[in-house]
Formats: sequence, structure tokens, C-alpha cells
Amino acid sequence: MHFDLSEERQMLADTTNRFIADRYDIKVRHANAKLDDGFNRETWAEFADLGLIGALLPADVGGFGGTGEDIAVIFESLGRGLVVEPFLATGILGAAPIVEAGSAAQKAMLEDVIAGTTLLALAHGEPDSRYEMASVKTRARKTGDGWQITGNKAVVLNGDTANKLVVSARTSGEDTSEAGISLFLVDATAAGITRRGYSNVDGGRAAEIMLDNVSVGADALIGSEGDGHAILEATYAKGVVALAAESVGALEVSRDITLEYMKTRKQFGKAIGSFQALQHRMVDVCIEIEQARSAVLLVVSTLDEDRHTRELNVSAAKNLIGRINRLVAEEVIQLHGGMAMTWEYAAGHYSKRLTMIDHQLGDTDYHLQRYVDLAAEVA
Amino acid sequence: MDLNYTADEVAFRDEVRTFLKEKLPARLSTKVKAGKRITKEDYELWHSILNERGWLALHWPKEHGGTGWTPIQKHIFEEECVSAGTPRVIAFGLSMLGPVLIQFASDAHKNTYLPRILNGDDWWAQGYSEPGAGSDLASLQTRAVREGDHYIVNGQKTWTTLGQHGNMMFCLVRTSTEGKPQEGISFLLIDMNTPGIEVRPIITLDGEHEVNDIFLTDVKVPVENLVGEENKGWTYAKFLLTYERTGIAGVAFAKSALDKLKRVSNSQTQHGRPLSKDPLFAARMAQVEIDLKAMELFNLRIVAAAGEKAPGPESSLLKIKGTVIRQEITDLLRRAVGPYAMPFSPEQLDEGNNEEPIGPDGANPLASSYFNNRKLSIYGGSNEIQRIIVSKQMLGL
Ligand SMILES: Cc1cc2nc3c(=O)[nH]c(=O)nc-3n(C[C@H](O)[C@H](O)[C@H](O)COP(=O)(O)OP(=O)(O)OC[C@H]3O[C@@H](n4cnc5c(N)ncnc54)[C@H](O)[C@@H]3O)c2cc1C
Repeated sequence: MHFDLSEERQMLADTTNRFIADRYDIKVRHANAKLDDGFNRETWAEFADLGLIGALLPADVGGFGGTGEDIAVIFESLGRGLVVEPFLATGILGAAPIVEAGSAAQKAMLEDVIAGTTLLALAHGEPDSRYEMASVKTRARKTGDGWQITGNKAVVLNGDTANKLVVSARTSGEDTSEAGISLFLVDATAAGITRRGYSNVDGGRAAEIMLDNVSVGADALIGSEGDGHAILEATYAKGVVALAAESVGALEVSRDITLEYMKTRKQFGKAIGSFQALQHRMVDVCIEIEQARSAVLLVVSTLDEDRHTRELNVSAAKNLIGRINRLVAEEVIQLHGGMAMTWEYAAGHYSKRLTMIDHQLGDTDYHLQRYVDLAAEVA
Repeated sequence: MDLNYTADEVAFRDEVRTFLKEKLPARLSTKVKAGKRITKEDYELWHSILNERGWLALHWPKEHGGTGWTPIQKHIFEEECVSAGTPRVIAFGLSMLGPVLIQFASDAHKNTYLPRILNGDDWWAQGYSEPGAGSDLASLQTRAVREGDHYIVNGQKTWTTLGQHGNMMFCLVRTSTEGKPQEGISFLLIDMNTPGIEVRPIITLDGEHEVNDIFLTDVKVPVENLVGEENKGWTYAKFLLTYERTGIAGVAFAKSALDKLKRVSNSQTQHGRPLSKDPLFAARMAQVEIDLKAMELFNLRIVAAAGEKAPGPESSLLKIKGTVIRQEITDLLRRAVGPYAMPFSPEQLDEGNNEEPIGPDGANPLASSYFNNRKLSIYGGSNEIQRIIVSKQMLGL
């Protein structure tokens, strides 16, 4: 075993960290989040120039990375800066299905994604699917030379600004069966699509997307008909790497802000960090952050293994991260007293992001149950 | 021992229910239940409806216009109000200042201020905390220097809840720097329209304007606005805090939030069944419900034992347990709506905003409310400070 990053990855980490440290403080972050798009297009272009979008994608689609380690390195940095630009929506959730199963033409489109000119979003969740991946009521009907898609998609991350959507729709089977889900690459402005964008609690944006008889050609299908579930699983696996790594970045910053505060804030004539009741809790926070880092390693190291091994670790990681993020988010606020309750102060925003990560790609309980079920499959 | 309500108590509960049915405006209960923003006018309206019936001042004795109710009656009343969806009674005048005036102030103060609190003439703000004096409240620095018939007050108060609505503030000020810090504190009533007072909003992490900074520069306060004796303010301040803490325990709020959680989790589906039937979620809900059941009796035992008096350090136990339970419920409410905890549409919390909500009804404020309610374990003396009080005053450690 060895735990060190390769030299290239270390450089990637340094580049990203430097950009965040020099150019993306909390004020910039809030200003970007407040823009109508929910992020800053110029900053996005700069990220593209730095190669950060390309680093999330493999060479066969024009990228120069795309492994779990690449994703983890970048997202950890993004987490440190609470970055609101659409890395997860475009670089992971939107791009991964195409990397996984896309046609040559679809893959060619990823060049514009890497260049920062095309934005993607994964329109998969539905108003009552909650976190269940197989729950898809949206239907795609075969027409003469293509498909017609009808259904509603919920809380589509950056769905309001995406140029192209990866839409899941059922081409056969019951509303909740794994078989029969197909994925389609759809122009976001196609006739029949209505989007209602809104801001999220943690600073990003999402959209409700209604598809009413949206016509797409046969070439819109990603992978083969009815096999979407496996592609989605592989996509979510990368998504969980991203969210877990983002968490580690945000957790470490939260810890550092809190430690600094505990050393400087004085009550009863002493730094509050000198109170044992608080010291012990801060130690627990630090232990849990180490656990979070291990969660990232677990899922990164099994990303390319067989489906069962990978998915077991995906659920393990997301469950762990969910528990740790809640603990740290709450402790950070509590240990500050009133201070971290304010908009003005950064720590509260980290707590919000850490908390809302539990509402993406399945929450703590969802993945606990899934882990139990997956573990039972081999027993 | 009998844990059931007596016939009289049941009759009282029915009387409260009838009153709420007849007098609580539907406009208000609809807003409260939907988690919409409650305005100053809404609060004032509800206060005046209660006052008309003589039910506004729960914690005051009868001769001052209070209800004179038993602890059980108060409990029943609060529970019925919360479950009917009334606005809160704003605590500052009624549950904090009122009892202090009744216990410690001159007749002139009682005669002036108590009726004005009941009639809604004054909206009081609590000027305790300062930037440098939070948990260590006794270290407060806001100075009041006597000059003739006035105190000249200089300093800064912070975290002042709803201070933007206030026309009056009860304020802890330093009148002496001699002896222990606790021995130089006085309790002053300050008219917020006096020149030299500036109120600046503090926006909280949920984007709301609920607290304020208050800057005081050469503010002239008439000497007669001193409550009780000079340099005895700490005694009054602590007396007030035990009332504040008991209120923060909020059993009635917890029960109504738990009802809401049951409704929300029934309407959400996970793995093809209502979320309320999901074993993991159901277990979390059941556990908090069990905690709350015991906590309700715990609360009643303590307030019943205290009778007419303010509860002692036991109120700290209630505050800790009560806030942990309330926070757990807000956490579950946020989880219950799954991905729909994400959308943040604060503009929809205003009355009259008729935009179609995103996601299930009532999902909008749940994540914000979870974050906002982190305050429960911080204010009124943080839960860490409560533990210190208990370990020192009850356990002898
Ligand atoms: C939403 C909100 C509304 C409020 N409304 C009002 C109001 O209307 N009027 C008013 O006067 N005040 C109000 N407050 C202020 C509140 O009472 C203070 O925030 C609280 O007393 C804590 O003080 P602090 O924020 O300065 O934290 P600090 O005292 O700096 O505490 C920081 C941390 O250190 C811990 N700590 C401190 N001392 C010790 C110790 N000896 N041992 C162990 N741990 C310790 C605390 O528990 C906390 O975790 C409000 C606060 C909030 C957040």
C-alpha cells in the first residue's frame, strides 16, 4: 500500500489549491453564487483554461485524467473554496454517462465541455423518486426515427443553465424496475422542455424540468436501450467520490476556522479553546475528519473493481460522510457560539454545504440500508 | 400519582380549544403552519386577542393581570396554542421583563410598564449580550455613568432578537468597575428612540433578519429607569434567565414539530412505502418521540415543583434536553423531504407570495429552519454553560 499522490496529481492539487487560495475567497464565492446563473461564467472559463474540467475526464474523450484520484484531488480543493461553479453537474454527473457508454459523436461533444463552453446536467431524479435510482416514471416512446420523452425531473443540479441534459427515461418495465431505463442526450432548449430554476440552500442552483413530448433522434440514446441503470450506478459512484472529497476539503477548512476561533475568542478571561469540554469535542471532530478521508480512499480504490465491490464502498462512503458531515457541521456552529450563525462569517456556509451533501445522491439512511442489502447479497 | 388530566383540567383544555376555534384568525394559523414569515403586526394582533381574554401574561400573578394558572394549566394552554398554529407570544416583555419587574421593581415601574406590555404599547428587546460578553455575560462593558438625573450610556449590545421592532430595551449596563464584575451591573430600561441609538441588522445563515447589533453612543437615560437598586442588576438578570431557559425547552413546540414530521414522512415515499414506514426513518422518529414523552413529564415535574416561583438550576436540565430534542426533530424534518430540502426560496415565505412552491407543500423552510434552530443550544446561555451551572449548583462538582 502507498498513500502518496503521484507527482502529476500533486501538481493538479497545487494548481487548484493555489487558485482557490488566491482568487476564490468567501466574498468571491458569495458574489458568484448570487449571479443569475448561480455561478460565474468567467471563472468557469478560467477553470477550463487551468485544465480542471479536462482533469475530470479520460484521454479517450479529450481529457487528461478522469480516474477516481483525479476527481478526489480536484473536489477536495473545490470543497475548500465552497466553489459554486458546476463541476459536479457538468464534469461528473453530466459527463460520466457519456464517458461510460456514449457514442463517438456524443464523446466528441465533450471537447466543448472540457473547453468550458458546453454545460451539462443529469436530469434523473423525479418529484417522488427521492433517492431511488431505479424509480423512473418519465417515459420514452419509440417514434419513426427516434424517441419522444415525457415526464418530470426534480432538483436537477444546475439544470437551469445546462446546454445539454442527460435525461433518464423508461423505455420498458415497471416504474421502479432497474431494467428498462434508458439515457438520452437532449438539447436543453428542445421544444417541449420547460425549466424552472431556483437557488439552493447551500449556494448552488437547480431546476425542475418538465418534458412534454420532447422529440429526439435515435442518436440521442446513450449506450444501449434499457441499460441505463448500470450507467447511472457508475456515474453515481464517481459522484460519490466527488462529494466525499468535497466534504473532506470543506471539513478541513471548517476545522481550521474553528480551531483558530477557539484560540482567539476569549471568555472568562481565557481562550475558549482552553476549556476541556470543548477540547474533547474538537478532538472528536478531528478523528471523524480522518475517517472521512478514509471514506474517499475506500471508494476511490474500488472505483474500477467489480460492480458489487464498488457499490458496497460507494454506500459505505456516502453513509460515513453523511454522519461525519452532520457531526462536524453542528459542532462547528455550536463551538463558535453565536458567531457561526451569521451570514457574514464563513463557517456557517461550510456547515450548510456539508449538510446539504447528504441530500445529494442518497442520504445517510438510504446508503446504510443499501449497504446492508448489498452486504447480504454475498453472505 | 395519576398522569391523566383531572376533570377540571380537561374542562380547561376544552375551554382553551373553544377559544382558539373562535378567536384565532385563520389567516394567522395558515401562515404559522406553513412556516411563513410572521410580521410584527401579526404578533401584535395575536397578543391583543389574548389580552382581551386575559390570557396573555401566563407567568404573572393575577393581581398584575396575569392568568394565575397552575403549571399544568399553562402547559395545556401552550400545547393547545402551538397545535392550533398561533403565533408565538414574544417573550421579552411577557416572560422575561414582566416577572423581573413584578419581583424586583418599584410600584411606579410596575404601574407604568406592566399595563403597557399587556396592551402592546411597548415592544421590548433584550440587551444582554455584547461582542465580548456572551457566555461570560458578567464581563459586559457597556458603561452607564451617572450625570445628574441621567445615566449616560456608551457601548454595544449584540444578537438583539427582533430589536428592529423594539421601542424599548431592558439592558444590562456597567455602573461600577469595583469588586467582582457581577457586582457592578445594573438593569436599565432604555427608550430606543433616544438619540445615540443605532440598530443594525445581523443577517443569519438562513438569510433572515432576526437579530441586530445595537450601538449606544452618549445615550441619556433618566435615572428613574433603573430597575431595583444600582449594582444589583446581576441578581435580576439571572432570575430572568431561568424563565428564559424554561421557555426554550419548548415541549409544546417539540410536540407540534413531531406531528408535522409524522405528516411529512407519511406523504413521502421511500422503497415503495411511506417514509414513516421505512425501518430506519421510523426508528429515528420513534426514538425522538420516546425522548419527548419522558421530557414532557420531566418538564411538568420541575415546573410543578417550582409552583409560583421560578425554577432553579433544574431549568438548565430542561433547556439542554429540550433543545437537543427540538434540534433532532428539525434534523429529521429536513431529511424527510429528501432532495427537496435543497431549494431555497425565502421570498415564498412572505404572505401574499402565491408562487407555486417547489416540491412538496411546506418543504421550503425545512432546511433553513434546521440551520436557524442551531440557535436553541446557543442562546439563553449555551448548553455548555448550562452543564457548568448544573455541575456546580446541583452536583457540587
Ligand atoms: C439567534 C440568536 C439570538 C439571540 N438573541 C439574543 C437576545 O435577544 N438578546 C441577547 O442579549 N442575546 C441574544 N443572543 C446571544 C446569546 O445569548 C449568546 O450567543 C450566547 O450567550 C453565547 O455567547 P457567544 O455567542 O458570545 O459565544 P461564546 O460565549 O463566545 O461561546 C463560544 C463557545 O464557547 C463555549 N463556552 C464558553 N465558555 C465556556 C466554558 N466556560 N466552558 C465550556 N464551554 C464554554 C460556548 O458554549 C460556545 O460553544 C442570541 C444569540 C443567537 C445566536
